[in-house]
Amino acid sequence: MAPHGTGTWVYAVASAIPRDALADVAGVGGNSVRALEAGGLAAAVETVSLEDFGEQPLREHLEDLDWLDKTARLHHQVVGVVAGHGPVVPMRLALVFRDDDGVARMLAERRGDFAASLERVTARVEWGVKVYALPERRAEPKHEVEAGSQSPGLAYLNRRRAELAKRDAEVQADVAAAEQVHAELQALAAAAQLRPPQHPRLAGRSERNILNGAYLVDVERADEFAAAVRRLAARYGDLRVELTGPWPPYSFAAAPELAAMTGGLDDAR
Amino acid sequence: MTSQSVVRPGANAAQSYDAGLSGPEPANLGDILERVLDKGIVIAGDIRVNLLDIELLTVKLRLIVASVQTARELGVNWWESDPWLTAGGDGDVRELREENRRLQERVAELEDGMVEAGQDEDER
Repeated sequence: MAPHGTGTWVYAVASAIPRDALADVAGVGGNSVRALEAGGLAAAVETVSLEDFGEQPLREHLEDLDWLDKTARLHHQVVGVVAGHGPVVPMRLALVFRDDDGVARMLAERRGDFAASLERVTARVEWGVKVYALPERRAEPKHEVEAGSQSPGLAYLNRRRAELAKRDAEVQADVAAAEQVHAELQALAAAAQLRPPQHPRLAGRSERNILNGAYLVDVERADEFAAAVRRLAARYGDLRVELTGPWPPYSFAAAPELAAMTGGLDDAR
Repeated sequence: MTSQSVVRPGANAAQSYDAGLSGPEPANLGDILERVLDKGIVIAGDIRVNLLDIELLTVKLRLIVASVQTARELGVNWWESDPWLTAGGDGDVRELREENRRLQERVAELEDGMVEAGQDEDER
């Protein structure tokens, strides 16, 4: 595929995007971000050069962490701006159509899906809650060696076994706590989704992430939700509970068909 | 921000609750990536693209993911070892616990065996 010409990058779909909403927004390709209307919907889009955003160049760029970081944040930022004006269906990163007509066709053909998605997320936002097991407790050395009577080898093994048993108990307690946190938060949410725990490196932390949940919560219950997170954090002193958001409803807005379109690996939830 | 009556998504921040409140932190790259790259940076699986007559050039985003090297650089190679990845449902947790328990028992057995076999084993 020759990387000539331009394509249309799609950020998000909404019922409508106010005229000036996107005026000062920086796009991934350095061009202006604009609203494209079709099928009674509006999409935030940007014309991008295929030299950078064609399939092959994108493939290469996506291997570049700095590029990915910058692009993901820009994409996210535009989605956030649109979300600030009303319900939104965020598009995944690097959704590039050949031209505006392709986007318009997509909007028209999937109008029903989008409408359903938009309705689902109206007056709701996504909150992220991550629970981490604190490493300090793990390290706490507390084995009373019943010295004297035991050989050093036996003492070592006993100590080792005690450590293992302790760690096992802690892991189980952590899992139980994470389940409880999820259950209580889910009860306050219109929908919830568990993600794979984040790797410490990705999260930039050394603690082990034992719960990584996303919750779609009514805007009017935001305070209640935050209070619940605080209460849970207070209850489980060995854990650190982190609340992020509000996020545009990335985890909940995708129309099923759209998810299927992009392969939807784990949309079963 | 959580105390505002109008919640506007977009300006993300993280709040931690452990020993009291810490200040908001900027959303980390992982939080953003797992959202903008589909549901979680789930690796594995091929890319099924069925776009009817809509010409999409690049739905192949999972590539990032399909690229093991990049994934490892990101530190997202947990799929190799993390049983949670497969869905994180209760069943998995239970299985995990069960497996954990079995392994602990086995370790204990083995250690008992070692003790009997080598009472005067050197310490390390």
